[in-house]
Amino acid sequence: MITTEKPEIAEAAAEAGERVNAKSCTETFGADEPLRLDSEVELSPFTISFQTYGRLNADKSNVVLVCHALTGDQFAASPHPVTGKPGWWSNMVGPGRPIDTDRYFVICPNVIGGCMGTTGPRDINQETGKPYGLSFPGVTIADMVRAQAMLLDRLGIDDIFCAIGGSMGGMQVLQWCAAYPGRVFSAIPIATAARHSAQNIAFHEVGRQAIMADPEWRHGSYLEHGTNPAKGLAVARMAAHITYLSETALHRKFGRNLQDRDEVSYGFDADFQIESYLRYQGSTFVDRFDANSYLYITRAMDYFDLAQDHGGILANAFRGTSTRFCVMSFTSDWLFPTSDSKQVVHALNAVAANVSFVEIDTDKGHDAFLLDEPEMLDTLSGFLESAAQRRGLTT
Amino acid sequence: MSPTSLTGVRPLPRTPRTDFDFIAEKIAPGSRVLDVGCGDGELLARLVKERGVDGRGMELSQEGVNASVTRGLSVIQGDADTDLRDYPQDAFDYVILSQTIQATHNPSVVLQELSRIGQHIIVSFPNFGHWRVRLKLLLQGRMPETPSLGFHWYDTPNIHLCTLRDFTELCDTLDLHIDDALAVNGTRAKRIGKPGPLDNLTASEAVFMMSRKG
Repeated sequence: MITTEKPEIAEAAAEAGERVNAKSCTETFGADEPLRLDSEVELSPFTISFQTYGRLNADKSNVVLVCHALTGDQFAASPHPVTGKPGWWSNMVGPGRPIDTDRYFVICPNVIGGCMGTTGPRDINQETGKPYGLSFPGVTIADMVRAQAMLLDRLGIDDIFCAIGGSMGGMQVLQWCAAYPGRVFSAIPIATAARHSAQNIAFHEVGRQAIMADPEWRHGSYLEHGTNPAKGLAVARMAAHITYLSETALHRKFGRNLQDRDEVSYGFDADFQIESYLRYQGSTFVDRFDANSYLYITRAMDYFDLAQDHGGILANAFRGTSTRFCVMSFTSDWLFPTSDSKQVVHALNAVAANVSFVEIDTDKGHDAFLLDEPEMLDTLSGFLESAAQRRGLTT
Repeated sequence: MSPTSLTGVRPLPRTPRTDFDFIAEKIAPGSRVLDVGCGDGELLARLVKERGVDGRGMELSQEGVNASVTRGLSVIQGDADTDLRDYPQDAFDYVILSQTIQATHNPSVVLQELSRIGQHIIVSFPNFGHWRVRLKLLLQGRMPETPSLGFHWYDTPNIHLCTLRDFTELCDTLDLHIDDALAVNGTRAKRIGKPGPLDNLTASEAVFMMSRKG
């Protein structure tokens, strides 16, 4: 479990956590319950760290599974223990929010390969007594979901009322629906795709190369050497961060404005505000994220191709589904454009699935799913309310 | 928000919706329904509430889609001309095309697609054979602008207008059997079974219910 060393952060976190009835939990799976990975390696033992919000009802029918994105974690609705910042989806999850913690029991697990308490490359490999580093097995989106299914089994939860997530979280939602169709009553994949595009793999490769080019990375064994490839990880984050925004939003926010100066320096300081902003994004990211986790999780996204897993036909992934879907995209998202979401919708139509598709008009790019977009929150509230009525969940 | 501003096809708000009454009455309780061009979901919401249907919608305007989803309906953004082909055969008991066919690029193909994916098709459209339309063209020598048509000739999305007789003939060509029809004139409506020449003159719009022959 992650704990914070700063008492003032701990106190504020406790207060904010109380409002959403936040609980930090871990479940460990021993030698008798290995995680069977797509790579045919068995990961054992392994631990899943997760947050819960709200209360489980008597017939366990009010479970909302929140799946986090690449650099997200389980702290969706309560303050982050390292940074002290509010939960990354506090506008979506909480009392009176679309995912109302007074009504639903929210489970948000850290993914396999992550670095916030769930087993990943920085944990100790029991066989060697050293951190896994690059000896950690390669993981996939299906592996993340398989681990989550084992977690729900352990908690005695059969059905998920709603699986929801953006970006890589949306990939997990789609994978859940394909792998465990009978367990998901409704699904909300946001700003995502059924397969990672060549362009997105390319951006991930830039990030990975930045990490591996940092001499402090030491072929992944920086923990043993007491070094930290912070510079490489920061560059990876900077490059990725650009892909989360839109040109319009960048221009609106920063334009060509200079940073704390009246004229350019003819040097390589952060002359422009956008440079300063990106450097800040990079430098704060390294405090809360592990470089090897970044390698492993980006790889998992690259490998994701739900159609390929189903004979090359995406519709086959959803054949016979009774899940109610609400697919959502954003007009200015060029990382997971609307056309990616539409492919999912076309496949769902081909099997006459119950699907809604909403495109939100915004200039905020891919990151819009994390932001306060009233139309996103309103449509999701409407969808969830209707699904809750069908499920017989009364307020 | 009225469906008017959303589809861009119907410029004037109309109450009461006699065509909706007819459609609601025609649809069997608990059946599977697809409403193509569902606007903000007014009809679909009514069918879900009154007839307990398993309802889906398709709408061109994203504004209409979002409004429909917000009220709890299953609606996707889509175009009748291109997106019906995704659905499997006989996916629905009823497919509704409300005040949309005249705005499609290929009404014949759209009708064929509708009859492929639905057991019954319900289509409503403005009648270009209405006496007011004929008279305007005859006496004024101008493209008619009536309450059912709206728009000027240069900004109308209605690119494939037809009369009741035209539509009936197309149904014959496509081997579609007309099971029932409703002729609407302003706020008055009458069941006509199969439209005759007088209906073609007096109806400002019509609703047809059809099924595949044989």
